[in-house]
Amino acid sequence: MSAAGMVGSRLRRRIGAGARWRQVGLGALGILLLAAMWELYKALGPEGGVVVGGLTVLPRTTDLAMPHVWDVLARLGQPVNSTAGSPPVWQAVLGAAAFSLGVAGVGWLVGVVVGMALALLMQRFRTAESAVLPWIVLSQTVPLIAIAPLVRRWGSQIEIGSFQWEGWMSVAVIASYLAFFPVAIGALRGLGSPDTNHVELFRSYAVGWWVTLWRLRLPASVPYLLPALRLAAANAVVGAVVAEVSIGLRGGIGRMIIEYAQSGSGDPAKTWAPILGAVLLGLAAAGFVALLGLALGRFRRGEVSA
Amino acid sequence: MTDLPSTGSAPIGAPAVSVTGVDKTFSTRSGTVTALQDIDLTVAPGEFVSLIGPSGCGKSTLLRLIADLDSPTTGAVSVFGKTPRQARIDQEYGIAFQQAGLLPWRTVRANVELPLELHGAGRAERAARVTELLELVGLADFGGSYPDQLSGGMQQRVAIARAIAESPRLLLMDEPFGALDEMTRERMQTELVRICAETGAAVVFVTHSIPEAVFLSNRVVVMSPRPGRIRDILDVDLGRAGERGDALREDEHFFASVSAVRELLHGEQAARGAVRGVENR
Repeated sequence: MSAAGMVGSRLRRRIGAGARWRQVGLGALGILLLAAMWELYKALGPEGGVVVGGLTVLPRTTDLAMPHVWDVLARLGQPVNSTAGSPPVWQAVLGAAAFSLGVAGVGWLVGVVVGMALALLMQRFRTAESAVLPWIVLSQTVPLIAIAPLVRRWGSQIEIGSFQWEGWMSVAVIASYLAFFPVAIGALRGLGSPDTNHVELFRSYAVGWWVTLWRLRLPASVPYLLPALRLAAANAVVGAVVAEVSIGLRGGIGRMIIEYAQSGSGDPAKTWAPILGAVLLGLAAAGFVALLGLALGRFRRGEVSA
Repeated sequence: MTDLPSTGSAPIGAPAVSVTGVDKTFSTRSGTVTALQDIDLTVAPGEFVSLIGPSGCGKSTLLRLIADLDSPTTGAVSVFGKTPRQARIDQEYGIAFQQAGLLPWRTVRANVELPLELHGAGRAERAARVTELLELVGLADFGGSYPDQLSGGMQQRVAIARAIAESPRLLLMDEPFGALDEMTRERMQTELVRICAETGAAVVFVTHSIPEAVFLSNRVVVMSPRPGRIRDILDVDLGRAGERGDALREDEHFFASVSAVRELLHGEQAARGAVRGVENR
């Protein structure tokens, strides 16, 4: 059976690679389909949108509300505005997206560290779990808009030596506030996932909590941790974009969405450019976590392939 | 396999396991449950002792007390003259469970290596020992495989290799072949007898199966449930471990011992109805 088993798993891996390419193809097809539906609705839908009982159910199809897909793409190649030396829109959008990605990345990292620390604390001490877990859940019910000004105000009061709190740090803190939650919950489940069997085996080896953590609990938590990290990345991006808006931080994609929307009446295609940038941002963040998952592939053997 | 660990301060000639007057009660929501009552048992060094009995007779609990995974309510357990806790810290025993319990992210080699690695053995020493162990359990060609690529029987052999990696003088096994099919099971039993002969370790072996207990053991401890007690201890003298082979399964001493164990197990059958959880195969 062993030889057959190994051939089987090798075959499975090859099929896995094929499936991955098909996934990429399907993803691209999905984008094309979305663009086609956009154009189809724009061509066939009523100009004033679909209104049912005074409520607009589907949007207006005017060029102002729904510019053509190709207009949006063409606008990416044109300068941002009429001033001399103005960079093309795609360049400005990419720059802003990179800035936001950096801030979201810092937020993600802080969130992961805090989330892991909380999970370890709760795993180590049963009382900590009952004391801390409700607060962690509760923390996510506070609306982002409410905490953004608070974080900015507290941050601006921090001044240690030459260190000065900057606006982007507030944004990163808010991003981490959203990012730590799935990590804390996922890691807690993951750290508790080893069988009693395994835990007792390590007990029989007379090794301490730290060794058990490093050799057993952390590796076993990887299948739970990866989806949590992906959620955290998405949350960090959303958190960063929204926090940029509510704090008023310049340079990022959040602020750009607002700025370009203001010029929307005269230049509707331009409004969509930073939104595409935000989508790209999310994809980059998800891609980064996917790479992380590949690097940790060894620890995902127990995982049932979805 | 000759490198027995240093006996430390253990008295010379101390039994591998000594259990005296042990009771174990668990408190549950619906009151206390007596899992073990008045248990007295001594296992000599190098001796193979099976614990057999129906479900709920406390045989696994007894094994857990010896392994210091649980502690007795009253009475005393000693392992090579030490407290179970000290014996665990000194790594006097190796343990194997019903599930192989291999770490799925480690290769077969790395799984067998685990206890050596955790206890700080050098890289070269580890590599040599693992090669030797994989030879012993007949998996020399599978060192680089992952557990999910192995059959249940092969996984269990890896678990046994892991349990004997540090040449313990005592091996604790909780139904290690319970999840295997009958044919694999018999082959594993033959191999275990051979491995025990080579290592000279004492074994406490928990099982549901009467033929398994008889085939493997020097002595079979028959237990009865609610509360868990030792009903009787049967000497099974089927020759030294090294001389046992599959032919033994056809031997009339073997059948006589199987019947004897069965009669001991079923002694109370008339009073209580069918004994559950014991395989008569």
